[in-house]
Amino acid sequence: MSLGPHLLLAIMEGTVSAFVLAVTALGLSLVFGVMRIVNVAHGEFFMLGAVLAWWLTSLVPEAPFWGFMLALAVAPLLVGTIAIVADRFVLQRLNYQPEATIVATIGLLYILQQAVLSIYGPEARPVVAPINFRIVLPWFGYSGYKLVVVGAAILLLLAAWYGVTRTRFGLIMRATQFDGEIAQAFGIPVKRVYAAVFALGAMLAAAAGVLVVPLQQAHYLMGLDPLLLSFVVVIIGGLDSLKGTIVAAFIIGLSDGIISVFFSPTLAKIIATLAVALVLVFRPNGLFGGKVR
Amino acid sequence: MTPALRARRILLLHGGLALLLLLCQFVLPDYHHTNFVSIMVLAVYALGYNLLVGYTGLLSLGHAMFFAAGLYGAGMGVHYFAWNPVVAFIAGAAAGLFLAVLVGLVALRTSGVAFMIVTMMFAQAAFLTTLYFNDVTHGDEGLTLTQAARSFALFGTVIDLTNPAIRYNLAWLLLAGALAVMLLVVLSPAGRVLIAIRENEERTRMLGYDVRRYKLAALGVSGLLSGAAGAAYVLFFGYVGSSFAAIPYSIYPLLWVLLGGVGTVAGPVIGTLLMFYLIEIARDYSSSYMIVVGAILLVLVLFFPKGIIGSWRARGQGWIP
Amino acid sequence: MTLLAVSNLARSFGGIQAVADMNFTLENGEIRAIIGPNGAGKTTFVSMISGRVEPSGGSICFDDIDITGLRSWERVRQGIVYTFQITSVYRNLSCFENVALAAQQQLGRDLPFWRHPPRAALTVAVEMVLEKVGLLARKTELAGELAYGHQRLLEVAMGLALQPRLLILDEPTQGLSESEIANFCALVKEIGRGATILLIEHNMDVVMELAHRITVMSNGRLLAEGTPAEIMANIDVQRAYLGT
Repeated sequence: MSLGPHLLLAIMEGTVSAFVLAVTALGLSLVFGVMRIVNVAHGEFFMLGAVLAWWLTSLVPEAPFWGFMLALAVAPLLVGTIAIVADRFVLQRLNYQPEATIVATIGLLYILQQAVLSIYGPEARPVVAPINFRIVLPWFGYSGYKLVVVGAAILLLLAAWYGVTRTRFGLIMRATQFDGEIAQAFGIPVKRVYAAVFALGAMLAAAAGVLVVPLQQAHYLMGLDPLLLSFVVVIIGGLDSLKGTIVAAFIIGLSDGIISVFFSPTLAKIIATLAVALVLVFRPNGLFGGKVR
Repeated sequence: MTPALRARRILLLHGGLALLLLLCQFVLPDYHHTNFVSIMVLAVYALGYNLLVGYTGLLSLGHAMFFAAGLYGAGMGVHYFAWNPVVAFIAGAAAGLFLAVLVGLVALRTSGVAFMIVTMMFAQAAFLTTLYFNDVTHGDEGLTLTQAARSFALFGTVIDLTNPAIRYNLAWLLLAGALAVMLLVVLSPAGRVLIAIRENEERTRMLGYDVRRYKLAALGVSGLLSGAAGAAYVLFFGYVGSSFAAIPYSIYPLLWVLLGGVGTVAGPVIGTLLMFYLIEIARDYSSSYMIVVGAILLVLVLFFPKGIIGSWRARGQGWIP
Repeated sequence: MTLLAVSNLARSFGGIQAVADMNFTLENGEIRAIIGPNGAGKTTFVSMISGRVEPSGGSICFDDIDITGLRSWERVRQGIVYTFQITSVYRNLSCFENVALAAQQQLGRDLPFWRHPPRAALTVAVEMVLEKVGLLARKTELAGELAYGHQRLLEVAMGLALQPRLLILDEPTQGLSESEIANFCALVKEIGRGATILLIEHNMDVVMELAHRITVMSNGRLLAEGTPAEIMANIDVQRAYLGT
């Protein structure tokens, strides 16, 4: 393959991972934005989505399409339930104190990951894509399912945007984000809002995990990369900016794709992690977050 | 309590702990004998971590990079340049110090949660770097140092680091030294300033202290101890690999320190000892033994935030440093 | 002799002018009170002098040296000491430790930062200051367990141990009882023999008893300045502040 098609492939791969990343990172960003906590277990919710998708699709082996639809509907709900339990019995008890919460979610990370290891096992297992067609380009074939991933991610992002900016729950959420104590004084049940937001963040990660599993296989350690990349995206995009998160997801997703194709994925990650550390030090509101707290 | 009485009690507690560990070598069976070498070296790492987290109030999630700096600094020197182990040890400790100061110059502009994430990111970049230079480091697979490379002559006698008795006593010496360093720092006026920074940073600044410089110094000493532990680890056990730079090795010291008692001198040693065996026992039962790490972390944060020594101190034993 | 000279000092927070165009001088040995209604910019003003808040314009000279660019901790070393409005002692440390932190800084000021003054000299300095504020008997008690009035005294003791040339007291008598206030005034007068004092205060009895001169601020600006008698007689001040 010559340079042109190579670059095209890199951009197409990068776009797919950018969309998946945008959905995952959005979950992290919502949780940070509203609750002011960093959820280190976010990647494990992504992994749970993928692993549950494997389990749910294996329940209906004769109809991969319906199996996948079942997974897309049920896996995020199950993960959201786990998140609510974690919120109620861990985060709430810690009063969402930022540093203690990070340590607690590290604990949660290992509990979820190792529980999956002991129940599901160390194997990486494939899930059949719900649709099966290939786009044939002159230089390479391309799985049509990847377009489905992009489409579904766009739908999820639009739904999230609509939910945050146009609905009553979104309004309540933004009020809580602005000032938890004042919101409480106005009769907003802040604890329930926090639980809902934490669950919503986890569900977004889980949905991304379900979408990705036909491309990537389900494995108990698959949560680490999306976690780190989500950090990168959320920090570069500005810690509570929806638009910034999505723009950053594209920059990171595409550059990750391109650097990975032409150089090495490890180098891409080294650059991304160093970049994020430096942004956090020198531009703590992100490259796109204008407002100073 | 008079200062003299307090000094005597402190000496008794920490000297007693050190003496106990020294005497253990005569009763421990081979397997546990080796484990204790690991524990004592890792406890030095925990002590270094605690200086930053417990005494300065800066929670790092990336200390594995300093441990690994010592590990690779010493290990690569021995493997590629046939350094004398003594030189390699000093080089490893210096690498930990150097990296800590370098990271500190950037990361100490942040604090709180941002500092946690920045250190985590730097450590991840360091881990990935050990993978990227696979030709040199052999990545996950790692490198094994030969027995010949791990012995040296000192005043005419050959000291072989693969010899269990020598290894045990050198590890003990390192730990005793690190304990002494910690006591000296913590009980000194400089340690008082570090504690003041942990308790109320702005107040300390308004007493005329250059807070950033103290933080940098604390991070430097923390990196030095972590690097020394890493260097000793590779020299005693002859293996260096990327897994020592990965995220779990940044979480372990947090766990050891939390269990033993944040901001206590003896706590990290006890925390390391207990946690090491808890993980060993869990490993015998299940391959998903890391669940113990998660569960204990959660329990400590929720129900036992002061840890063992910290809780003891809170029960009217205020003399414990 | 002029100790502190502030010219055209200004600071705005997000478009709101907290302090505008302040010109201000302080003579050596003076006790000066700054009064003014809430939101007049008093705390912002003294925070700029102590270096906790960066000015958006103007300059500050201390002892004929321009200190506008110095960081807060550097100013402390020059002798500008600020005591916090909200009591800011180390709650988990003993009174002795609290004052020792200040004394150790003062005594070790000229040493490199890893070296510190001898222990005996430190103990002497700490106990002298604790004696002066009347807390010597409580030196081993935890600061957080002291009564509020004692915490305020400890706060002043920490300031004293720094041997200030200019001591800034931000509403020091707030929340104190009558008898505590009387005690406090005596203490401030005593300190005033060795240091220049700048005092933000709402209690007019305290102001009248202590201040040599009074500066009145309103809406971030200087409204009036004079002796206590002049200020009491000033019509503008009465209208803006005293409300009579």
